[in-house]
Amino acid sequence: MTAGLAQPTGRGNGRLALLLCLALTALASPVAAASADAQAQAGTADLYPFPSAAEQARFQALLSELRCPMCENQTIADSGAPIAADMRDRVYRMMQDGASDDAIVTALAQRFGDYVRYRPVFDASTALLWLTPILAVLIGAVAIALMVRQRRRAGAVPDVLTEQQRARADRLLTAASARRRSGGDGA
Amino acid sequence: MYPELGQMSLILALLLAVLLALVPMAGAVTGRPALQAFARPLAAGVFVFIALAFVLLVHAFVTDDFSVSYVAQNSNRALPWYYKASAAWGGHEGSLLLWVLILAGWMLAVARFSRGLPLAMVARVLSILGLVAVGFLLFTLMTSNPFDRALPQVPTDGADLNPLLQDIGLILHPPMLYMGYVGFSVAFAFALSALISGRLDAAWARWSRPWTTVAWVFLSIGIALGSWWAYYELGWGGWWFWDPVENASLLPWLAGTALMHSLAATEKRGVFKSWTVLLAIVAFSLSLLGTFMVRSGVLTSVHAFASDPERGRFLLGLLALTVLGSLALYAARAPVVKATSGYTGLSREIFLLANNVLLVAATALVAVGTLYPLVLDYLGLGKVSVGEPFFNTTFTPLALATGLLMGAGMFSHWKRTDGGWLARQLLWPLAISLLSAAAVSVGAGGFRPWVFAGVVVAAWIVVAIVRDLWHRSASRRGRLHGLRRVGRSYWGMVLGHLGVAVTMLGVTIVTGFGEARDVRMAPGDAVALSGYSLRFGEVVTAAGPNYDADRATVTITRAGSDAVVAVLHPEKRRYRAGGQLLTEAAMDAGPFRDLFVALAEPLGNGAWAVRIQFKPLVRWVWLGAVLMALGGLLAVSDRRYRVAMPTAERAYEPPVSAPRVSNNQGAS
Amino acid sequence: MKRSLLFIPLLLAIALGLVLYFGLGTDKSQRPSALVGDPVPPFNLPGLADPGQRYTEAMFQGQITLLNVWGTWCPACRHEHPYLVTLARNLAGEQGLPVRLVGMNYKDTRDAAQAWLRDLGNPYQQVVFDADGTLGFDLGVYGAPETFVIDADGVIRYRHVGIVNEQVWAETLKPLIQTLKAGS
Repeated sequence: MTAGLAQPTGRGNGRLALLLCLALTALASPVAAASADAQAQAGTADLYPFPSAAEQARFQALLSELRCPMCENQTIADSGAPIAADMRDRVYRMMQDGASDDAIVTALAQRFGDYVRYRPVFDASTALLWLTPILAVLIGAVAIALMVRQRRRAGAVPDVLTEQQRARADRLLTAASARRRSGGDGA
Repeated sequence: MYPELGQMSLILALLLAVLLALVPMAGAVTGRPALQAFARPLAAGVFVFIALAFVLLVHAFVTDDFSVSYVAQNSNRALPWYYKASAAWGGHEGSLLLWVLILAGWMLAVARFSRGLPLAMVARVLSILGLVAVGFLLFTLMTSNPFDRALPQVPTDGADLNPLLQDIGLILHPPMLYMGYVGFSVAFAFALSALISGRLDAAWARWSRPWTTVAWVFLSIGIALGSWWAYYELGWGGWWFWDPVENASLLPWLAGTALMHSLAATEKRGVFKSWTVLLAIVAFSLSLLGTFMVRSGVLTSVHAFASDPERGRFLLGLLALTVLGSLALYAARAPVVKATSGYTGLSREIFLLANNVLLVAATALVAVGTLYPLVLDYLGLGKVSVGEPFFNTTFTPLALATGLLMGAGMFSHWKRTDGGWLARQLLWPLAISLLSAAAVSVGAGGFRPWVFAGVVVAAWIVVAIVRDLWHRSASRRGRLHGLRRVGRSYWGMVLGHLGVAVTMLGVTIVTGFGEARDVRMAPGDAVALSGYSLRFGEVVTAAGPNYDADRATVTITRAGSDAVVAVLHPEKRRYRAGGQLLTEAAMDAGPFRDLFVALAEPLGNGAWAVRIQFKPLVRWVWLGAVLMALGGLLAVSDRRYRVAMPTAERAYEPPVSAPRVSNNQGAS
Repeated sequence: MKRSLLFIPLLLAIALGLVLYFGLGTDKSQRPSALVGDPVPPFNLPGLADPGQRYTEAMFQGQITLLNVWGTWCPACRHEHPYLVTLARNLAGEQGLPVRLVGMNYKDTRDAAQAWLRDLGNPYQQVVFDADGTLGFDLGVYGAPETFVIDADGVIRYRHVGIVNEQVWAETLKPLIQTLKAGS
């Protein structure tokens, strides 16, 4: 994310040089001269100008955290609804005032409800939602561990091949691919 | 006249489907080959009449027959002919008919390509598919008849097709997606058939594998097309919104991916039978759930399909019958296998199982995330939204873990893998992937954890593939000979996994390094973006076939040079028939980056609010899906699926009524 | 492995089916206001008829209020308006319900709004003019029409999104106001 000219990082300086260069070449023709002004204003052309790319990125991230309360399912970044524009303005203004991400999202949720948070807060009613992936992986891991242990108990561990044997078996198996049981198994 | 013919045709198809659901199944249960033999001709008959109905519906659209309500609601005289034809599946009724048509198409394919199968198996499979067809034909005829007439008042013109759907995306995306959705019905029917017969053996897994893979290929392409379509048509350059409708297509894909891998273990080693059969049921059930979610309006979505509680209830009943019936059958008859022999904790079996755990966890995550707001609302616990930030936080770790496992799993062996040997194999992939991620971090001028992790995993997969390929292509007669000797299904795996890495890299880079700016631009203004300069020209009005547009000209040059990279024409369209506004974004697409320009709104004095975006590697997101699909096709084309079954397996089965628990785990 | 384990998927599916069955009937357009139970946020806005008049949150003290958010740019408001006029007439006659109708003209122009009330009738006892939508934003208004029920202590009790008509009044708003009245 870039804020054009006003960018303190090295990359930004490079761009500044390029832009100046472009602006200078543009001066050569009268038609392009008008746009030289525009070039000089490139940093202020943003609808929501920020002093740094990091702040610009933070703004975009905040917009994608918030759901437009009016439309079916769109972030306030993507929505064309008037209320989404109001919410973008509010996010921008609160950022200017130095509010934290959390304070901004909370301020909007206090007015429009938790519905506007695309990332639900973790509480008693959303715990199951947040824990679903962890629980699912844990259950699966336990199930696999139990199965492996059961098999080991059954005492049916297959022969261990040495590395050389393994490599040789691999070669034999791949050589057999012309037959029905191919070396690749597409697994 | 023609619409009535279409309706008659559907009714005939329904009657044949009823016969198909009953007669061959009765033949299979009672062991009468004469009755079983009805399966193939009946399946063909169902297909013929549904296809006829579909052709007649398309005909009604192309000939502007607005006496048919569905045509009047979804088409318009001014529509170009190709959109008229594809408008046939642009609304609820027609897309259901397409669904049924594709189901019949899969039935026909099973009937045609099942010569190696025992007739009783074919009879059972086609009967089960016939039963599904009965349900959906009833649904179509009773609640969503596309041939209903609006007589006597015939409108002079139609209401028009939703402008978002007037696009090549509509022509391609739904048919592909449905081919995938409905394709899982074949694996489902094979699974139920095996449960009914009690013969849940390696042969069943082998028959199911190619069908599952082909359905998965279509679904992958369908999802990628949907993502691509959303990217350029919804207007704002997003390629995945975690919208309920998208999630509905992702669910069967995740379950189907798990199924493909589990089927491999079941076919090769005879293990995880109960699990595999469950996945086959779940994959199709999720397809049905997706159809229900999209078609019933139970979930709010950006796609906003018309909702009708009556249809919703009917569809839910259908869903309940299919899913609960098959799961009850599963609970009653799936084999309960006592472990005897097989594999250790570090075998390919366990790697595949761990892959399944992660994929099923991802499926559960997406399902719960999609349905959770509905549940909380119903319980009166508040209105919440579950969207992109939530899924990005929770889904990404699962995806990364799956990638890590994939790289390691490729080196694993059936039964047992030597731990030390595996660790040595993985040393290089680990070193190279860490180095690549470090290089990207240095190049980008900073460490970002998600970018780092994404690049590590993508590189890890690629290096693992190359190293494994190197191993397998070792040959005394030279590397080239070795490469040629590697089987097609192995190449399929290589391509498929490579596709995952490519998609992962694309997602990582476009998310991490994409740039977006919302700017105010008047004619003559220029802005800089990621080393490019975008100059805004005059906005002119232009007329399309059925819309008027404000058309901007944006000239893109490399910053500091006059060489024009591209001239783009983003538009803001107003469709004449319905007055809807549509943002038609323009983009300069490239293999390594897209430049994306969209007109937001006029700001007066010829100036516009414009969103410009730099999207590095965004095409790789879909390229990966294409590679995955190609991998699937390669795997299916492997010769072992074309080899006829051994004669012993082709013999008629006895009519078994008790589940036979087979335990043949020795042979691989 | 026990066979009972194989019933788990079936039970999960049944639970899911029940959720979907009951989810089918829910109305997704109605979302309770986040401010239910909270006092009306502080504001200081002019009246529509008289720019010199200032309204603040204190205006909601002492009587139950129906606060109707409207704008001349909103087609649904035009649809709703005749019923509001009827409702205001009925309320004036109805002895038992001490409720007044206050309008909030939202993101509108003064001239258009005044013309609208002149032409279509004015059901409101007072109209707050919220040209920039600042009060609307603080109230969590995201469209029009919306109608808030505010109790005699100035606390928000309910919000209705969309058109108020005979049915909404009879089934939702009136019973609520009667309870509020009984409680005060």
